[in-house]
Amino acid sequence: MRQALEGSQAIARAVALCRPQVIAAYPITPQTHIVENIAKLVADGKLVCEYVSVESEFSAASVVLGAAVAGSRTYTASASQGILLMSEVLFNIAGNRVPIVMTCANRAVGAPLSIWNDQQDSMAVRDAGWIQLYCADNQEAVDTTIQAYRIAERTELPVMVCVDGFTLTHTLEPIDMPSQEQVDAFLPPYHFARTLDPMKPISLGTLVSPDFYPEARHSHHQALLNAAAEIVAADADWCALTGRSQGSLVQVEGDADASVAILTLGSVIGTLADAREMHPELGPVKLIRLRAFRPFPTETLLQACAGVTDLVVLERALSPGGGGIVGAEVKAALFDMPNPPRVHNFAVGLGGRDVPLDIYPRLLQTVRSQSPRPFAVFDVDLDKLPAEDR
Amino acid sequence: MNMHTHTPIPIADLRRSQPRFQGIESGHRACLGCGEALAARLVTEAAGPDVMIANATGCLEIFTTPWPESSWRLPWMHSLFENTGAIAAGMEAALKAQGKSTKVLAFGGDGGTFDIGFQSLSGMLERGHNVLYVCYDNEAYMNTGIQRSSSTPHAAMTTTSPVGRDRMGKRHLKKDILSIIASHHIPFAASASVAYPSDIRKKVRRAMEIEGPTFLLIHSPCPLGWGHDGALSIEVARLAVQTGLFPLIELERGELIGTMPLRQPRPVTDYLRLQQRFSHLFKDDSRAREELEHLQALAERNIEYYGLKGNHDDPCDSEGADTVRRGGQRWA
Amino acid sequence: MIEVRIHGRGGQGNVVAAYLLATAAIDEGHFGQAFPAFGAERRGAPVVSFVRIAERTLRRRNQVLQPDFLIVQDRALLKVPGVLDGLRPGGGILVNTSLDAATLSEQVGSAVVTLPATQLARTHLGRPVPNTALLSAFLTLTQILPMDALTRALEQKFRGDILERNLRLIEAASQQVAAGQWKERAHAAGA
Repeated sequence: MRQALEGSQAIARAVALCRPQVIAAYPITPQTHIVENIAKLVADGKLVCEYVSVESEFSAASVVLGAAVAGSRTYTASASQGILLMSEVLFNIAGNRVPIVMTCANRAVGAPLSIWNDQQDSMAVRDAGWIQLYCADNQEAVDTTIQAYRIAERTELPVMVCVDGFTLTHTLEPIDMPSQEQVDAFLPPYHFARTLDPMKPISLGTLVSPDFYPEARHSHHQALLNAAAEIVAADADWCALTGRSQGSLVQVEGDADASVAILTLGSVIGTLADAREMHPELGPVKLIRLRAFRPFPTETLLQACAGVTDLVVLERALSPGGGGIVGAEVKAALFDMPNPPRVHNFAVGLGGRDVPLDIYPRLLQTVRSQSPRPFAVFDVDLDKLPAEDR
Repeated sequence: MNMHTHTPIPIADLRRSQPRFQGIESGHRACLGCGEALAARLVTEAAGPDVMIANATGCLEIFTTPWPESSWRLPWMHSLFENTGAIAAGMEAALKAQGKSTKVLAFGGDGGTFDIGFQSLSGMLERGHNVLYVCYDNEAYMNTGIQRSSSTPHAAMTTTSPVGRDRMGKRHLKKDILSIIASHHIPFAASASVAYPSDIRKKVRRAMEIEGPTFLLIHSPCPLGWGHDGALSIEVARLAVQTGLFPLIELERGELIGTMPLRQPRPVTDYLRLQQRFSHLFKDDSRAREELEHLQALAERNIEYYGLKGNHDDPCDSEGADTVRRGGQRWA
Repeated sequence: MIEVRIHGRGGQGNVVAAYLLATAAIDEGHFGQAFPAFGAERRGAPVVSFVRIAERTLRRRNQVLQPDFLIVQDRALLKVPGVLDGLRPGGGILVNTSLDAATLSEQVGSAVVTLPATQLARTHLGRPVPNTALLSAFLTLTQILPMDALTRALEQKFRGDILERNLRLIEAASQQVAAGQWKERAHAAGA
């Protein structure tokens, strides 16, 4: 049913539809409205679950881990500093192969302190071993949250649903909320094979010596690579049920035969898409959005880049002293192509700087007038910095 | 002579002639009537200029330091939410190693102290660092929009402890942080309230004199979060004390050595009814009545446990607070 | 596409205003989008929010730099640099003030429409929250949505006495501005 909903509100309702039994809540901008909306559902008896107001994000992640291995479907949400604080637990959850779903309301990481949107937080934990899915809009946030539970429980891998903070969480737009019947048809009750149970006691989280450690890590890596199939299947099955697909692993739009392409993650695709429609005179451009970042969708990306000679990688984070994070991974994936595209790698909108529509013509201008430089922050205003810092 | 003759004095001149040290400058971004802003000003005034401050994430650091401006006239750092005790400990260790007299102050809200920052606070206290930790207690995570912390009082409404069909606000009791602090057997710990500014100054000066860990819990109303007009902050804070819900006590090495006695304890409803966050307790509802009884019982338990009821009438018991009307116009 | 920028102070229901307007549009079958520009908000601090209303889905998420209409919830904000920036030629400015339009227009250097929204709110709501009155005036001026759409949006948000008072408030506010004064302008923008 098409409704006007704020992103956080829609996500909260999507979570409630998935019937979690334990929710850990800790406030952090810009995810807070999600846990507040859930608190109200619980207070009004509309969602029956154990709502645990924890004392920190470290505990939020730990509470859902404990609950998940004890046999309950769970939920928590965090952002920025909270993601970093719980990072040790994130590695622990993934390494223990526990199916947990979490919303990351993407926000910059301090210092400098910022409450605004970029993707530094989820990028900083890309090695924790979680599936990471990035949403373009709030409809996708709803649909992907629901799909995430199925993906997590089938793959025994935790899923981080990344939603741009403020840009999506605090935007009201039309949302088609699925019904409880649809979600119940899609999501079976929580099942975790290694649930702790007095009737069949097992031990989780044991010390692993060098005799077996590499095998465990290999199997985790393989599981993530294999999860791609589940991500594809979940999107296809959800589409069959609702008529909506969210792009599977990689969403490609625009001019299929274009030799220029712009690749990005998350909601900035919307601004690029509208700008592209406003500028047909700038020639054909393909827009590539990575929905899945972990597992990294190499095959699908290679297909999308067939015939592309100039690829702009526009990302929302960076690795100081290194350069672009997505850029580096994209270049690595394209390395063995017979004619890989030239990659122009930029970060934009760091710390919530508004990304205007004219980013599109300016990016294309840059591509056409220069050979690729090393990574740069596209919208930096060097005049604001003293000479020695430029 | 007419005592009311008004001679205009330029504010700048007046300030220069006052012996008070101003650690926080005006122009910060706090809300009207913010208890925490007042408390921080009183603390830094009493502590003087030879201090170094570690400040947790929260309202105070946000409204005092919007880059490129800062209201602090003192060396100050904000790091993260959970590590203030540890940052302060590090500062103290360095100053000690350098043989400097500068005293370290740690500032945190209730969220950053009772909850996420508890571990590092406990570590700092246990190791005996010479730090005064001040917790500005506005009883919720206010900076993120009023979510419950373990300091939120029982039955208070916050956005994560809302009122609804199945809930009457926060289910759990306000964490008794001072008992936990007492168990660390530190030289001095106390509770204070912005309704009693001289008492705050006195307690800060006492802590400043002590070589070792000290802790101050300052009750700081938040008009937005508690749901009252900014002009009522002091009155609300005073009533919290006068009902027994927020007792003012002093502890040395875990032993109770002082309290602010209550001449005439007020019923908790006098305090609760002024705040929107308790408005659900005044509906015609048996659960509401039950919660009011709970809160009254908590207050009475405090009065008994801490021996707050003075034995005789003494106008100085509550620093004459009962004789000062709201707004407190005084002769300059 | 119509783009509106709403300037207010923390505590004046700025974001709620944007959300209500977009909700009303969505309920009428249009595309609506609303979001705030966040600062570290304090009561009284300047806040801004944005609304887009269109016939087809818009996917952009940039801030509204060239609004067709400005709603200013507090006259004092007119002195804040940038508040009037980017207003499209012929664009409408609606200001919450008890000052008369002619005087304020001269002060501002642009034609403005005025509404004593705070006063109206005090009368009908008992609280000085000007947002719903301003929305009602905005819809009356532009005619981009029937007032009924705003009513339905309010019903989603409020109940009981507060709802009733708001409904009376929006009725009163709509009487205080010239219906359709901005209709052509709104139509030109693509209503």
